[in-house]
Amino acid sequence: MLILECPCCGVVGEETEFAGGGEAHLKRFGPGSSDDQFHTYLFAKENPKGVHFERWRHANGCGKWFLAARNTVTLEVYGTYSAQTYEPTQEIKDKISAKVPGWSWRGFS
Amino acid sequence: MSSAVSALKGAKYEGYVKVEELGLRGMITLRGDLNSAKMKKAVQDVTGAKLPNQREITHEGDKAVAWMSPDELLVMVPYTDVHETLAALEKALKGQHFLAANVSDARAIFGLSGPAAREVIAKLCPVDMASGAFAPGQIRRTRMAQIAAAFWMTSDTRIEVVCFRSVAQYAFDLLKDAAEPGGEVGIFA
Amino acid sequence: MSTRLAAGGRLINKARAMEFTFNGKRLRGFEGDTLASALLANDQMLVGRSFKYHRPRGIVASGAEEPNALVNMGRDETFEPNQRATTTELFDGLRAESQNHWPSLEFDVGAINTKLSRFLPAGFYYKMFIHPRPLWKHVYEPFIRRSAGLGKAPRDRDQDKYEHLYAFYDVVVIGGGIAGLLAAKAAGEAGVKVLLMEQTAHWGGRALVDSGTVNQMPVDKFVDETLSALADMSNVTMRLRMMGAGVYDHGYLLGYERVSDHKPRQNAPRHRLWRIRAKQIVTATGAIERPLSFAGNDFPGVMLASAVRDYAVNYGVSIGDRTVVVTNNDDAYQTAIVMKNAGLDVPLIVDARSSGGGALADEARALGIRVETGKAIAKVKGGKRVTGVALCSQAGEGTPLEEVACDVIAMSGGWSPVVHLWSHCGGKLIWDDAQAMFRPDPDKAPTGAQGEAFVSVAGSANGAMDLGEIVLDAVNAGQAAAKAAGGKSKRSKSPDAHSPKMAPIEPIWLMPQGANIKLRAKSWLDYQNDVKVSDVQLAAREGFESVEHAKRYTTLGMATDQGKLSNINGLAILSDALNQPIPQTGTTTFRPPYTPISMASIAGEARGPIFQPLRKTPMHDWHEENGAYWEPVGQWRRPYCFRKHPGEDIETAVKREINQTRQSLGLLDASTLGKLIVKGPDAGKFLDLLYTNMMSTLKPGRCRYGLMCNENGFLTDDGVVARIDEDTFLCHTTTGGADSIHAHMEDWLQCEWWDWKVYAANVTEQYAQVAVVGPNARKTLEKLTNEDISAEAIPFMAWKDVAFGDINARVYRISFSGELSYEIAVPASQGRAFWDQLLEAGAEFGVTPYGTEALHVMRAEKGFIMIGDETDGTVIPQDLGLDWAISKKKDDFLGKRAQERKHMIDPNRWKLVGLETVDGSVLPDGAYCTAEGTNKNGQRNVQGRVTSTYYSPTLERGIAMGLVHNGPDRMGEVIEFPKVDGTVIQAKIVSPVFYDPEGEKQNV
Repeated sequence: MLILECPCCGVVGEETEFAGGGEAHLKRFGPGSSDDQFHTYLFAKENPKGVHFERWRHANGCGKWFLAARNTVTLEVYGTYSAQTYEPTQEIKDKISAKVPGWSWRGFS
Repeated sequence: MSSAVSALKGAKYEGYVKVEELGLRGMITLRGDLNSAKMKKAVQDVTGAKLPNQREITHEGDKAVAWMSPDELLVMVPYTDVHETLAALEKALKGQHFLAANVSDARAIFGLSGPAAREVIAKLCPVDMASGAFAPGQIRRTRMAQIAAAFWMTSDTRIEVVCFRSVAQYAFDLLKDAAEPGGEVGIFA
Repeated sequence: MSTRLAAGGRLINKARAMEFTFNGKRLRGFEGDTLASALLANDQMLVGRSFKYHRPRGIVASGAEEPNALVNMGRDETFEPNQRATTTELFDGLRAESQNHWPSLEFDVGAINTKLSRFLPAGFYYKMFIHPRPLWKHVYEPFIRRSAGLGKAPRDRDQDKYEHLYAFYDVVVIGGGIAGLLAAKAAGEAGVKVLLMEQTAHWGGRALVDSGTVNQMPVDKFVDETLSALADMSNVTMRLRMMGAGVYDHGYLLGYERVSDHKPRQNAPRHRLWRIRAKQIVTATGAIERPLSFAGNDFPGVMLASAVRDYAVNYGVSIGDRTVVVTNNDDAYQTAIVMKNAGLDVPLIVDARSSGGGALADEARALGIRVETGKAIAKVKGGKRVTGVALCSQAGEGTPLEEVACDVIAMSGGWSPVVHLWSHCGGKLIWDDAQAMFRPDPDKAPTGAQGEAFVSVAGSANGAMDLGEIVLDAVNAGQAAAKAAGGKSKRSKSPDAHSPKMAPIEPIWLMPQGANIKLRAKSWLDYQNDVKVSDVQLAAREGFESVEHAKRYTTLGMATDQGKLSNINGLAILSDALNQPIPQTGTTTFRPPYTPISMASIAGEARGPIFQPLRKTPMHDWHEENGAYWEPVGQWRRPYCFRKHPGEDIETAVKREINQTRQSLGLLDASTLGKLIVKGPDAGKFLDLLYTNMMSTLKPGRCRYGLMCNENGFLTDDGVVARIDEDTFLCHTTTGGADSIHAHMEDWLQCEWWDWKVYAANVTEQYAQVAVVGPNARKTLEKLTNEDISAEAIPFMAWKDVAFGDINARVYRISFSGELSYEIAVPASQGRAFWDQLLEAGAEFGVTPYGTEALHVMRAEKGFIMIGDETDGTVIPQDLGLDWAISKKKDDFLGKRAQERKHMIDPNRWKLVGLETVDGSVLPDGAYCTAEGTNKNGQRNVQGRVTSTYYSPTLERGIAMGLVHNGPDRMGEVIEFPKVDGTVIQAKIVSPVFYDPEGEKQNV
């Protein structure tokens, strides 16, 4: 059972305080988008073995959403950060690079 | 408001920790920019208490302010004062982007008292209750068994727990079960 | 026979005798006994029958690894099967029964299986019960079910109490033997917060039984000193009777504390499950002795050498008068020496090593014990009890050389470190050839949240077998763990410990090494599941080469002991059969828990009334007192209907409630409906994106029904939105939607449109809400207030704040029934008072509280959809004829893009219609409407299904709604719905609005 730190209230809590919300950094495609764009937005999700970026909500806590960078194999958590961003912080990316040289995830590396 | 009653009408249980429902308390969910001067002043004016920092609760007499999230406070006043307080907040924050909602009747609040009060929480919540990790002045929102709850300490031997009104009986039964004599663990002694 | 010795027994208190029963026989033991030691003291060697062949089985071990001595404990509400006698502390009045035999333990009919064992080889069940297929269900399954399982399942509800405890430590040390004590002390001295747990009732572990000294003092004295030093450390918590059950991700650890198993009925929880988070875990879990594989090694009286020693030293119990020791290492010589010194006969030590033993062998010889090296046991003589052994050469095929009479065989095949907890969360093992054991690979430890190693191992669990090494390893492990957990870096001198120098072990996996098939078929590996050397060899021959496959094919290690004794021996035999080294074969996966824990401890407090939260409205107690027939709606309980008197059946009650509401006055407790405040300058814009219809144009004081879809376009929730002021809306959701829609709003506000100025708050529980419904609704309310609540003051789809005496209410003119209706929200604390006032005021109109079924029928009569009935996560609003509620003016709303997808605009979608049965009967819920032809599975094609169906007391006939292919274009057509009994109901397609289609009744 994971331990995550909520970047919004600072609580370091166990997984039962949180609710997972799927992949992070999705770009929404609404009316006017092509069928392909919309299909990709809704259904084509990353499911990597290794470095992954996810949405979590501190459901039994401050109620805020945040993002987490973690490894789906080792379960290491590289960091949690604000949901109000379009990409992970440089600090987190550097931390991942130190542990998993040459990693990439969608457009990030 | 003579016809207002709390969910459990002050139910009590004397276990190795005393558990009691504390009756009605005025509570206002206040959302807004916690860093704004107007917010600080408005809260201080209605409660006398300082704006709490992250995961803190501040008390002044029978009033208190708890930090709930980066943009949310819980303002606590006597139940009979809640409309007046709400009106004062609305007035003080007029023109600001904020939300103040009366949630006094949406909650149940419990007192746990006794030297082992921390232990009762430790049986139900995934939170480190050791004195070095949690102390009076802090508030923790978390999961209590299968419901959302928040608690804080009013002294080193007394804890107040708040949850939704609809699950008041469940919460009371949980606390009572955890406080039953014979279940003493003794790790916070 | 086994008996109590006159002297010895460091753990028992002979001044305090205890009575217990075994299979109804009254026996006596002492305080401090385990059930196993007390049984042995009473010469009860035979304790059970094996699973497959029903062979007589005796106690083999003295601890958690025991495979045979499983008993049914207690009776009625304290009954529990499969309790291990070796880990059960004796108490007065203990009641135990042996398992898996009929009619009795002494005479078991099932033992015929052992004669048939030639016909019951590995994989027997797979081979036997595969053909012919028609026999699976009625012949094979009942047979297998009858023979499955050892103990009986309890019949009565467990009356004991269980609980959880969340605990947080820097360092947790598992195992209270000398290694655990020293690791905990070293960590404690570094100033970190330490928990030390021991699964038995005693500290000190094996070192207290074996020979050795620490700091020039006997081990027991040193242990006492260490314990008092630990007791003085305020940062160290020590718990006995607590097992490290499992190690999980990120330092999560389950500690299984048996609080009152040893003193039942003391008004304490029986078990407490500690849900621990540890920065560092040190497993000091010791090692388990391995049996040797020789023919007849399962006869009662064949025991682990260490167990024979434990029973003598710890409990003052001798297993028999004449003990033959058989070994491949020096450790077992200690057993011979202990028995000899207790005044018992040790006729022979059989040492399979041609080179023999070291210092301990010399000591044994000096005591006059005969030692034969390079020898093996060809065969055990006896039946329900050992009577002797036949000796042979280890190098040969088993030709007997001589027979020696004995009643105990103490065997030792070497020691295996207890690596389970290390392995649970991914710790890897290495094969130590010199010591013939798997031990933890320190370079491949389980890693935690920061990628750090969080488990380390101390003492014999780490492969350190000499006392001096153990002590050093433990102190180092404790210091390192404390440092990794943020403690002071502190190096103290480790104690100076000595134990007799041991000669090297020689791996002996089969005895004798060339044993013929007859012997191999009597050489047991897994006692509980009856797996023999020959079974594993057969599995290898049949191609089950992976250790995981061989395990499942033979059932080796799959019993309740999870192969604690058998796994290493089994995989060594498999490796030999495959002609490959042991590490290449590898081990099976170790999974938690280490030994079985009670199901109730996992449930913890969640039993009985607090099994799960039950949500109650402020009027719940009134409902309870007035005949509510409850329906669970999520975690809420809502009255389905109220039975006016105990004899009233629910159909009658529902009819009465509907008729009375339509004719005069009904009350509905609608408090469970979700109520969300959405406020801010961008609130209107936000709601326009959330709802399919336009909310920003709603005027303050007015209400509008709205639909919410997810990004897939599917309808997820509906409800009435009231505009409170320019900036503020109140959104009603379905009962189930309150939390999820609030979360949905926060999701979009926090993660997509985070720069918008909108706040949302869930005020569902702030209000008790009552629907006052029926032609007399207004008249009733007018009795309770002087304020104007006329049709002009509060028109249909408007709201107004109204005071009813001291109760401040918000009154919404909305209707889900089609009648004149006011939904009134009052503070929850005054909900009951308001309800009581309504009952009093409505008395003259025959006021009738109604439940969810009447609500459903009335909304169906009006053709109103219900989320979860008409929708199932694949239905879009257009399917339900709700196009009027989908704005065409908006550029965007959640679900809009999805509703433009090809499949969503397909004209062939099933659409909502009303269904009127031709004979007036009620359609079955969920019934399918058949079409011409069949699909490729030979099933009838379908063209629609029933989504809601009721008997309408208003229309006095069955009415239904359903989704039908091109339904709205087929009005008047009669379609067919087959029932499960094969008959068919015909129904006419009609408008879904059955009652008051013009809405004249609600708008008055």
